[in-house]
Amino acid sequence: MAHAEGQHVAHAAAQQKAHVEGQQHPIGIYLKIWGWLFVLSTASYLVDYFHVQGYLRWFLILTFMLLKAGLIVAVFMHMLWERLALVYAILVPPLLLLVLLAIGAFEADYTFLTRGTFFGATSEVSPKH
Amino acid sequence: MTQPALTSAQELPEGLRGAVADWSSDQRAFKKVPWYKAMMWIFLLSDTFIFSCFLISYMTVRASTTEPWPNPSEVFALTLWGHNIPLILIAIMTFVLISSSGTMVLAVNYGYRKDRVKTFVFLLLTAVLGATFVGMQAFEWTKLIIEGVRPWSNPMGAAQFGSSFFMITGFHGTHVSIGVIFLLIVAAKVLRGDLDHERPGFLTGRKGNYEIVETMGLYWHFVDLVWVFIFALFYLW
Repeated sequence: MAHAEGQHVAHAAAQQKAHVEGQQHPIGIYLKIWGWLFVLSTASYLVDYFHVQGYLRWFLILTFMLLKAGLIVAVFMHMLWERLALVYAILVPPLLLLVLLAIGAFEADYTFLTRGTFFGATSEVSPKH
Repeated sequence: MTQPALTSAQELPEGLRGAVADWSSDQRAFKKVPWYKAMMWIFLLSDTFIFSCFLISYMTVRASTTEPWPNPSEVFALTLWGHNIPLILIAIMTFVLISSSGTMVLAVNYGYRKDRVKTFVFLLLTAVLGATFVGMQAFEWTKLIIEGVRPWSNPMGAAQFGSSFFMITGFHGTHVSIGVIFLLIVAAKVLRGDLDHERPGFLTGRKGNYEIVETMGLYWHFVDLVWVFIFALFYLW
């Protein structure tokens, strides 16, 4: 019961705190992240500018993309400082998209194969009529 | 009926134990955030799914076409000062949007410091950068349409290039445009002192406070976030 009483006192305190529960952080960290976003964007542009090709290109592009996305969500959108209940509610469901991604990849692969068979090999297959 | 008690900040457990406690607390699950901020996050989650559907369909059509995909590096090149620079327009747009995200966090920060004028200035700057971005996108669309790119065909290669391009950048541009409008509305509220004096909003009737600047910021950063993915997957791939 002492616990319940404590909650009532805490309730008033929480209401008082409600006005100052916003995300307030020193400006320095924002400027630092801003700088990093510029650096990472320049880097991904340079990948294209210097015509990096093949797996290295994809690796670099995806790495820079994920780093930028991570910095924006973590610091600019304050996910770093939110409670885990909110963080999980928002960041876990998008993982389902990996399933859609896999389905899309299989489907595309199959379509590509079929198109190659039907449209690409017309010279080899003699018409029946 | 009594109101469900909100546990105070000191009592809330942290980490994974905290997440379980929050969800099983028989109270509001999202503690220490204003309700509309939690709802903005849930809206953004649904928007994530919309944009992901576009990007995954783009992957599917691009991987399944037997015709060569137009090279974005060349399609979006511009001739500046006599040099043909690849993808330069998109690079500038990227920097404009990142800068607008930077001015947005400063607006949020000055908002929490109750610095009315600086919050207004940075919100306005964000809106101007956003409008610049939309303007450059309009230029890009015009250029491509003049070159004969259509949603159903284009002179450079696979027809799916046009449909993916107009769908993805069109939806993103719409988001930016809506964002600019709301930035201007929030900026006007800040300048008038609506948030300082807790005047009710014209639509919701809720008391004004500086947390709405952060909620606005979440939307704006999301627009930047989507661009990060479009830039990497559509323009650089």
